[in-house]
Amino acid sequence: MIDLKTLTIKKAHDSLIKGEYSAVDLAKAYLAEIEKKNKTLNVYLEVFDDVLAQAAEADKKLKNVPTSKLSNLIGIPFAIKDNILIMGRRAGAASKILDGYVASYNATVISKLKEAGAVFLGRTNCDEFAMGGSTENSAYGVTKNPHDLTRVAGGSSGGSAAAVAANMALAALGSDTGGSIREPASFCGVVGMKPTYGAVSRSGLIAMGSSLDCIGPFAKTVEDAEIIFDCIKGRDPLDSTSTEAQNTKHKIPKTKLKIGVPRKFTESEGIDESVAENFKSSLEVLKKRGHEVREISLSNVSYSLAAYYIIMPAEASTNLARFDGVKYGLHKSGDTLLADYRETRESGFGPEVRRRIILGAYVLSSGYYEAYYRKATLVRALIVRDFEKAFKEVDIIATPVAPTPAWKIGEKSDPLQTYLADVFTVVANISGVPAISVPSGFAEVGGGKLPLGVQFMAPAGGEEILFGVAQRFSN
Amino acid sequence: MVSVKEIEKLAELSRIALSPEEKESLRKDMDSILGYVEQIQKVSADLILGKKELSPRNVMRADDNPHESGVFTETLLAAAPSREGQYVKVKKIL
Repeated sequence: MIDLKTLTIKKAHDSLIKGEYSAVDLAKAYLAEIEKKNKTLNVYLEVFDDVLAQAAEADKKLKNVPTSKLSNLIGIPFAIKDNILIMGRRAGAASKILDGYVASYNATVISKLKEAGAVFLGRTNCDEFAMGGSTENSAYGVTKNPHDLTRVAGGSSGGSAAAVAANMALAALGSDTGGSIREPASFCGVVGMKPTYGAVSRSGLIAMGSSLDCIGPFAKTVEDAEIIFDCIKGRDPLDSTSTEAQNTKHKIPKTKLKIGVPRKFTESEGIDESVAENFKSSLEVLKKRGHEVREISLSNVSYSLAAYYIIMPAEASTNLARFDGVKYGLHKSGDTLLADYRETRESGFGPEVRRRIILGAYVLSSGYYEAYYRKATLVRALIVRDFEKAFKEVDIIATPVAPTPAWKIGEKSDPLQTYLADVFTVVANISGVPAISVPSGFAEVGGGKLPLGVQFMAPAGGEEILFGVAQRFSN
Repeated sequence: MVSVKEIEKLAELSRIALSPEEKESLRKDMDSILGYVEQIQKVSADLILGKKELSPRNVMRADDNPHESGVFTETLLAAAPSREGQYVKVKKIL
């Protein structure tokens, strides 16, 4: 019996190499967990029917290819978010408008994982078109938090986060446009990382906000997350916004790290007592380990959320214009072609998607464009500058991940309330820097314990320092 | 205050058919959300930023080495809800 609870990618790799069990054994173990838990948790929208065949291929490689030529990810079972394309497989971004759509190509990250010999278990539930922070906006029901079934798993990559937390996958991929990897990671008690914008190719990711979207890993440990990042990173000719990852200027300092905390920002209203306490403790842990914690000022950071909720809907409204019932997916018929579009999009898109498209159209429309969209892009440039300035003084910036732990399913009905939960995470997407959520303890809520996370941010291209501080915090 | 007429115009531009209830509910949502995001008006940015920081740049490549004609046609057409031979079929446009 493989102990999935304590398993990591590193441990599994060692066992596979030593022949303690096979990739097929490992896949079977995860399929059994999925069989036990998926009905309750609603993590997977689909479990692929060829998992064991994929694992058998990995076993072949393990037998015939010299160990030195094998990837760390050979035979490792992955959960993949429903907005990442796997050729020949259904993909839908948890939306009815992509009913029946079968991906016609592999996302670049999928090609890379395939090359490494990873095994894809299935596609995971998420908020529709990645719009949300709880997976409550999925057209296929919410994903429940494995730590408390009455609460959300977070979002938008709730399924991927819960998969790793509930041992229904050893690793997962998600996407993060405003916190959609980091927030569910903190809610579910796993590691979730958003790379520098451009470090990982977006080719094959169903686009939401093209200047903000990032694909990233979920894992049980920081080390595992780094192994996944190293496999999926790299400049891709198919994504003109992709860059070579890792700027070697940011080598990790040998001894003491300087950690900056934007105090005014992290102590603003709406933050749960448990989160504030836990964040303070996390900073104490770092101090005890010999690092310096100092206050920094990011003058415009409090405008990040406002800028985000202008830029993201604007870009999303443009990106979602392609869903018209003509090329793929759902088609609803009206009297005219125009009516076809209207009916298809009204039926196929859920309420949050429709809301953001309308909001995006508003901030881009003539008469409002200057005041909203253009202004937001200026504010964004100022925030980028604030970060560049701050990283001249400190190596890392730390904040909580979310203002609260996981909320109860159905608790937040007002859209603006849910948007406010993104206050700490959008900052990294607006400025393009890499960020990671690392489990930092628990909040005592209603007789139970809910996971909490701490967020670290590094300069653009500074993944090495990011993983470095995260390791030093967790160990 | 966003008006229902504005919501209707946006729905038309976005090609989404909204019910009367939804129009009013979205109108309220827009008021609430815009009420929050318009705080960016307080930031005076224009005078401080340089041209490089403000303009995006294009990353181009030569449109070379096309793939063989027809290689992906069947895959793409198979996804279309309505097709006729080698065409994607739609209602009349004009």
